[in-house]
Formats: sequence, C-alpha cells, structure tokens
Amino acid sequence: MTRFDAVPGLVEEREEHGETTLVVERERLREAALWLRDEAGFNFLSDVAAADYLGWDRPRVAGYWGNTDGRDINQPGSWGLRAQPEPKPQRFTVSYHLLRVESGASEAPRLRLQVWCEDGEPIPSLVPVWPTADWHEREAWDMMGIRFDDHPNLVRILMEDDWEGHPLRKDYPLGGEPVRFSGEE
Amino acid sequence: MSEPTMAVAQSKPAIYEGTRIPSPIPTVLQVDPALREEDDILEVNFGPNHPSTHGVLRLVVELNGERVVGLKAVVGYLHTGFEKNMEHKTWWKAITYPERIDYVAFQNNGLVFVLAIEKLLGVEPPPKAQWMRMLLCELNRIHSHLVWLGTSALELGAISMFWYCFRERDAILDLFELVTGARMHTRYFQAGGLAEDIPVGFYDECRAFADTMMKRVDEYEALLSGQAIWLERTKGIGLLSAADAIAMGQSGPVLRASGVDWDLRKVQPYLAYDQVDFDVPVYPNGDVFDRYKVHMDEMRQSTRIVQQALDGMPDGAWIVDDRKIVLPPRHELHTSMESLIHHFKLVTEGYCVPEGEVYVTIESPRGELGCYVVSDGGSKPWRVKFRAPSFAALEATATCMSDALIADLIAIVGSLDTVMGEVDR
Repeated sequence: MTRFDAVPGLVEEREEHGETTLVVERERLREAALWLRDEAGFNFLSDVAAADYLGWDRPRVAGYWGNTDGRDINQPGSWGLRAQPEPKPQRFTVSYHLLRVESGASEAPRLRLQVWCEDGEPIPSLVPVWPTADWHEREAWDMMGIRFDDHPNLVRILMEDDWEGHPLRKDYPLGGEPVRFSGEE
Repeated sequence: MSEPTMAVAQSKPAIYEGTRIPSPIPTVLQVDPALREEDDILEVNFGPNHPSTHGVLRLVVELNGERVVGLKAVVGYLHTGFEKNMEHKTWWKAITYPERIDYVAFQNNGLVFVLAIEKLLGVEPPPKAQWMRMLLCELNRIHSHLVWLGTSALELGAISMFWYCFRERDAILDLFELVTGARMHTRYFQAGGLAEDIPVGFYDECRAFADTMMKRVDEYEALLSGQAIWLERTKGIGLLSAADAIAMGQSGPVLRASGVDWDLRKVQPYLAYDQVDFDVPVYPNGDVFDRYKVHMDEMRQSTRIVQQALDGMPDGAWIVDDRKIVLPPRHELHTSMESLIHHFKLVTEGYCVPEGEVYVTIESPRGELGCYVVSDGGSKPWRVKFRAPSFAALEATATCMSDALIADLIAIVGSLDTVMGEVDR
C-alpha cells in the first residue's frame, strides 16, 4: 500500500466500504493530482463526479403525496429519514476516481481524490494531468455548475449552449424545463 | 495536389512514436492556421442524424481534400436526465433506469447499480444469483458485440453480416425472454439477488445456443478476417497507442486492441469471474482491425464462460432472505400479515440504504463502467453518476482521426463502439 501522507494539500484520508478517499485543498488539487500520477502511479482517470449537498443536513422526507391535482413530484411528503446526516463542510464535492492501469497487472488499485467547494469557487482543471478530464469536467460544469480554472474549452456538453441553470443541482426542479412558447403570452 | 493513398497509410508504423493527442484541447482536432490560409478547408457536418453514427452523434469535420484536418464531436442530443430522475425514485424503482442508459449492454448496466446498492447495504447475494448474473452478463456481452459487429460491418458495406449477427442476437433475446419475461431491459437483478428463480428449460436452451455460438463466430471470421475489402478498410487506420489510450481514459476492447492486457474481470474479479477459466484477448496494433479481432475473440471467451456457468451453476436460493430489502414470496401475501406489511412498505417507501458514498466498476462490453452513488440514509439515492465507457471512447475520436481519410471516418468511429444513450445519459 502506498501511504498518502506526502500528498500536497492533504486534508483528510478516510477508508469506507474498502475505498480510499483523499480530501485535498481546492487550491492545491493539481499538485496533488500530479503527485498521485507521477509518484503513486495513478495513470488513469476513470471518472469525475460532482455532487451537490444543498439541504443535506436539513430535515427531509422521502416520497410524495398525491393530491386532487395529481402528484406533485417537486413537493415531497410522507416519510422522514431515520437519522439526520452530519452537515457537510461545503456545498459541492468533486470526486476524481483514479485507477492504476498496468498491462498484465493482477490488481486494480483505486483511489478517490476529492475537493469541496462553494457555489462559484473555481477548481483547478486537471486536463493537463489527465487529458480525459476534458469532457468529464465539461459535464460537471454543465450539470452542476462547477467552474474549472484553465480548462481549454469549458462549454456545455450535454445541454444546449444557451441553456439556463445546471440541471443536477438540488435547487433545480425535476421537470424544470423552461417553457419556450406558452399560451399566456 | 496529390493525397497519400492507402498504401502510404499502411506503411506507417502501427503505433506512432510520441503522443497524438491534439493540443490545446485534447478532444478537438484543430486545423493548422497556416493550412487554413493556403488551402480550401471544407467544413462538413456528419449527423446528428446520420445512419452510421449509432444514434445521434454530430461530428464537425474539416476536410482538406479527402483528408480530415479538423474534427470536433458534439454530443448531448440524447440527453434524457437519467441521473436526475433516479434521485427522485426509491432505490428499488431506480433499478429500472440504468438498463436504459446503455440499451445494448442492459444487463451490465443494471448490474453495476445493483452492486452499488449492495455495497452500501452490505448484502452478499447467494452463489446461485452470482453465477446467474455472470451468465446473463456474458450473454449480454455477446449480444452487445453482435450488435456492434453487425452495424459496423453494415456501415462498411458488408450487409450480410448484419443479418447473421441479428439472427444470433435474436436467439440471445429469446433466452432473456425465457428467463425474465422481457427481451431487453429485463430488470432481473434485484438488490440481494435475482427477481425470480431460473426457469426450468433454460439450461437446455442456453446450452444449445452456446454450442452453436462457437461455430457462428468462426463463420463470421470466415466471412471477414481474410476478406480483402475488409482488410483494406480496417488495417492500419484509427491508430491509438497504449499511452494515448490510457491518457484518454480508454477501456475495454479499445484499450486491449492497443496492446494493454487489462480486464476488470481478471484484475478486480466480481461475481464469480475468479472461478471460471477464460482468456483476455490482447492485440498490439491499436487499429480498427485489432479492435474487430478483440471483439471476435471476446465473443468466444464469453461463450466459454457461459458454458462453464451452466456446468457450475450452484443450487439453492436465488435471493437473500432479508424481508427488509427483498419482496416476500407472492403466496405469503394471502396468509401472512407480516408479509403483506413488508410488501406494502417495500413497494411504497422502498428500503433505506445506509449513508455513504461508493464507486463500483465492472467490465461492461464497452469497458470500464462505473457507478458513483451517494446515499443520505434515506429510501432514495442522493446522487447517482455513471462513468460511461462510451463517453470516454468518444473523447478519443480526435486522436484516432488525426491524418485519416474521410472514407475511414465511419470505420474509425464505428470501431470505438459507442452507444449514444450511454454517452448522453
């Protein structure tokens, strides 16, 4: 096992479900990524996954009530959580899932590199470290509104260029498609 | 102006020295400004509705004569918001969604999400469920490769391949129907095991299919592997070196055709893959032909796994006996109040999954398929994110296409084996 104490900007190392997660300072993400690629050999970026924790520690319920107008999927009601989860330090995480690919190897070491950020706080782009991050970061920008500094081409990828909002944010409603032509105009 | 011909292209070294990933944007091939000055560069749109793009992919191609000098892939036309929808369904009901993400490799997509739920729940399915999942995933891999082979060959003019491949594909769908009642999007994998027991008669039908499938792959190869036109159209084009493939996040057959011996079923065994015997086909040249060969060999290996799974299928339960996550047997609902309550709670509220985050990866027919799941301890996922191998594969189009001819574009894009439903999710 490689020890990760030497990772630049390391905030926290935790082990859950057999997966190692390294939380690093947002500003020093690229340093940490370069260290992990060059010193620890994580040459393969599998995925970039952003998550929005807005409302994570607020009382919340699961399921929806129907009413006479049908079922409003944006107004939940019914069951609550059994236990309230611990508050998270900031609103968003971006998790980089790393892998060491070696031809003919007999194991697949994996690692999750994670940073936290608030809305609008930029994260250093990792395109110079792993070129495959290009589309993954564009998707995180498109879907979650995470900004990446020095990304060569940070434009929307799945939604239209002139789309408003970032659909996978928790404050973006399900079915929240703007109505282009309504009968009321 | 004389363009280099096919013969020149073939005389190039199979794997280029140094990286061919375009700069500064790794996924966009940009036209050299000097060339744009002196030559007439023609911009052509392939797609989004083009019969050879397996869905709705748009390629903005810039041509200098017949040579591709600029290329940009535009995706998103099939974006359906699966991940957002899954946040609004109970875990139980969300299982239907992943199968529709990659609609060709549906069993594998269903599996990766179910494995993620099981990892958070800490549930271990019984051996029979593990072996049956493996069997169905391998049948699904053959199915996916058949669709790939049929359509890719069709695009290059080999129309009869399409009929042969879809004949066997239909036999596989019949097997799925026999087991699950549905031909595609079977929703047969449940958290904790399988939805139903394996029906009587499946083993014989499946064994008969496996016996013919070995011969069928030989027949496909007899039609294509030595055929002059096929070789001309596939050899030495769409080159991707091992280093570039890893840097661009390639996986599965694309990576193995670039000479990297890497298969998650071997290096990170899940289900019962460590108990069956199979080989990982690896080819060194990184061209379209080698990707074709990897697909062909993988069909043979998958057939071997199917045969071994039929022989070694354990007896016993097909799903764990945990009434908090598994529906009670139907017949109990009429006589047991407890079972009725459990049934009601599971169907309406669903089960609660402990708080945490996991990232589960499996070897789908297209490569490394990942599923990142965050749970807040409730009955619905807080966040689901899929790592789609096709998404990464399309990123490599610009690298593979540099210096290619327009006629090779279809062969190269086809060889990356992308499913647009998975790219756009």
